[in-house]
Amino acid sequence: MERPTSRRDFLKTAGGVAAGLGLGSVIAVAPARATPAEMQEAIRKVVGSARVTPGRVKLDLPPLIENGNAVPLTVTVESPMTEAQHVRAVHVFTEKNPQPNVVSFHLGPRAGRARVATRMRLADSQNVTAICELSDGSFWSDSAGIVVTLAACLEDGI
Amino acid sequence: MASALINVPARAKRGEIIEIKTLISHVMETGFRRTQLGAVIPRDIIRRFVCTYNGTEVFRAELHPAIAANPFIVFSTVAVESGTLVFHWTGDHGFSVTESAAISVD
Repeated sequence: MERPTSRRDFLKTAGGVAAGLGLGSVIAVAPARATPAEMQEAIRKVVGSARVTPGRVKLDLPPLIENGNAVPLTVTVESPMTEAQHVRAVHVFTEKNPQPNVVSFHLGPRAGRARVATRMRLADSQNVTAICELSDGSFWSDSAGIVVTLAACLEDGI
Repeated sequence: MASALINVPARAKRGEIIEIKTLISHVMETGFRRTQLGAVIPRDIIRRFVCTYNGTEVFRAELHPAIAANPFIVFSTVAVESGTLVFHWTGDHGFSVTESAAISVD
């Protein structure tokens, strides 16, 4: 004679089904995202075939932010900022936003100091990379990880 | 109220590095959001910001949708001579705003 379904068995099955559904819906609503590979591709477009070396740049980001809609970032580059030796450009990229590019700053010897700041949006906890181009044609980079509690781009529009 | 706020010191010593802060009112709609009916809200962003000092470009930025609404940009320049700093923002749908600030250098 078949044993009637016990409460424990029932809960196990129900839990499994619920987990399956939950996973399915997570995949269904995941928005289009850039991937780390797309970020590398975007960086390649900017630097060309040049080598990017870590160092000389400092990317300042808070380690944890509540609201991904406005994340302050500061990029500082060690450079004398003279006519002979200065920072030509600073580019910022993200891994998981819908687009990898964030901003490109173009400076020169007239800047006096290689330090720029702005506020960006972040769609998820991720790594942000800053790349600077010096007047001698070399590229330097720095990355910072950040945890975002409330992601940008998720709220509905009007 | 003007749509842009600019913070430039009114006076500076020659050769001094001055910090400039700019803030402009703009939605920076990313083009990735949808209305409740599922229609994509078209992109509407500021794409370019240029600062000129007495006619010479000293700073330029290209913005993407990942810049927060009401773009805030901080940069610096060397006070070389008295004159005018002109700030120009351009973007989608013919957006164009120009502001200027005077600086006296001694």
